[in-house]
Amino acid sequence: MKFLVCISNVPDTTTKITFTPDNKEFNKAGVQFVINPWDEYALTRAIELKEAQGGGTVTVLNVGEADTEPNIRKALAIGADDAIRVNAHPKDAFFVAKQIAAIAKDGGYDVILMGKESIDYNGFQVHGMVGELLGIPTVAPAMKLDMNGNTATLEREIEGGKEIVEVNTPFVASCQQPMCEPRIPNMRGIMTARTKPLKVVEPTADAPRTEVDHFALPPAKQGVKLIPAENAGELIKLLRNEAKVI
Amino acid sequence: MSVLVVVECDGGEVKKSSLEVASYASQVAQMLGTTATAVAVGEATEANLAKLGEQGIGKVLYDSEPRLKDFVNGAYTKLIAAAAQQEDAKVIVLANSNIGAAVGSRLSIRLEASLATNVVELPKTDGGKFVVKRGAFSGKAFADVELESDRKIIAVKKNSIEALHEDGKTAPVESFSAQLTDADFADAPKEVIMQDQAGGVLLPEADLVVSGGRGMKGPENWNLIEDLAKALGAATACSKPVSDVDWRPHHEHVGQTGITVSPNLYIACGISGAIQHLAGVNSSKVIVVINKDPEAPFFKAADYGIVGDVFDVLPKLTEAVKQLN
Repeated sequence: MKFLVCISNVPDTTTKITFTPDNKEFNKAGVQFVINPWDEYALTRAIELKEAQGGGTVTVLNVGEADTEPNIRKALAIGADDAIRVNAHPKDAFFVAKQIAAIAKDGGYDVILMGKESIDYNGFQVHGMVGELLGIPTVAPAMKLDMNGNTATLEREIEGGKEIVEVNTPFVASCQQPMCEPRIPNMRGIMTARTKPLKVVEPTADAPRTEVDHFALPPAKQGVKLIPAENAGELIKLLRNEAKVI
Repeated sequence: MSVLVVVECDGGEVKKSSLEVASYASQVAQMLGTTATAVAVGEATEANLAKLGEQGIGKVLYDSEPRLKDFVNGAYTKLIAAAAQQEDAKVIVLANSNIGAAVGSRLSIRLEASLATNVVELPKTDGGKFVVKRGAFSGKAFADVELESDRKIIAVKKNSIEALHEDGKTAPVESFSAQLTDADFADAPKEVIMQDQAGGVLLPEADLVVSGGRGMKGPENWNLIEDLAKALGAATACSKPVSDVDWRPHHEHVGQTGITVSPNLYIACGISGAIQHLAGVNSSKVIVVINKDPEAPFFKAADYGIVGDVFDVLPKLTEAVKQLN
């Protein structure tokens, strides 16, 4: 079975967010980039399923410029077999979905996995766009994925519960915990990753449909009002009479 | 030309988040000089749908096909696309829920629309542009995004828009059929399992949230969190380390890689406030932090704080709420 796992390159979860002086772009200076944490669930689960099937391939796909390659190599070190990088700045979700759909169409993949959303743009859009572009089902967000032949059983999170969904390949799923325990690369993986194929392809001519006008940081908090622990009940009065939230 | 809003219903009632998106849609319609039509999904009653008039909705479309009671991605997408075509909808508004994201992303391709999720404000339409403000970087920033396509789809984040209430106003409910076939239900769920939520308040819909971290020392002490939540009518939540060690179920995990919540009140008990946790809660209107460590970083993000032992403070708070009621 052929798995395609889409990863994005995002600032580490502890990053303090700042922007370029014109507020048009995220300020990358001095920032550590990682594989999007949600995508790690997709990657590890694809590798686990391939291992359980005793064959097949896991291809990782990233839409990004050359600076994303260290994290693509990391995905190879975790256990993907080969990689494709679409050489473009990921302009918006539609643009990225178009690139993924083009690669998926050519590659004949059975299962297309990605994280629920990227922790930088938080779009939670690409999965459905790819599914619709390819005319195949999407399951999002998926908390569990098992394969039996060409049939997948997934748990899909809904507000306040979950659905059990069965789909046949090919399909798209966007993954989140508790799907699996994301793996970290071991020494052997890091060594073999250096020689695994990483193909660079040029993007399609599609234009994005949205454009960031500017970024802004949330307004700073006024400062905390401390209530002495021995007088804790006072807090409840403040929440009712001052903050008016209860 | 019109504005179409998707309202999610459950057990006959319109969800609170959908009252907010209905209010959002009717205000967008007013800005654009048109009217807002709702299309209802899930289990609804005609009487409750008619009450969407209170949120400024002009009419409601409802397909009573019984298989639409549960979420089915294919069928919901086709239904909403058909409604958008019939109403010539230029703007489609959904809740930024798991349903909204699953349907909205597919619709954006089918209807050749620009899509913005996680939207927190009404659009700005100066200079012929259509710009929405949305949360980005996991709640650590906002982005003003221009939607360039002729048609626009907007998924509105919960609790960012005040629901309108014009008492007694009703909207006509029209039956609507998207001519759905068996093929549209191919991805229907085999089974739907709802959580047994303590106190009956679901975290993603909750206005008030009481949350516990490692400072609670063990799952056996969660009665203190649950007692306060019950007295307040709040939902319970937890930090990532707590769900990682299975003290609490994953669906209670709030943070960057868990659920993002934006309630009116978030009470954090024994949570230090790692940046990843703050990302999931910092759009809450009021944050209360209870921690015995005065240096806990969470105090910097809080509106109210108590430096003290959660085991001592929580029972006092529960008692104070009971007296207030």
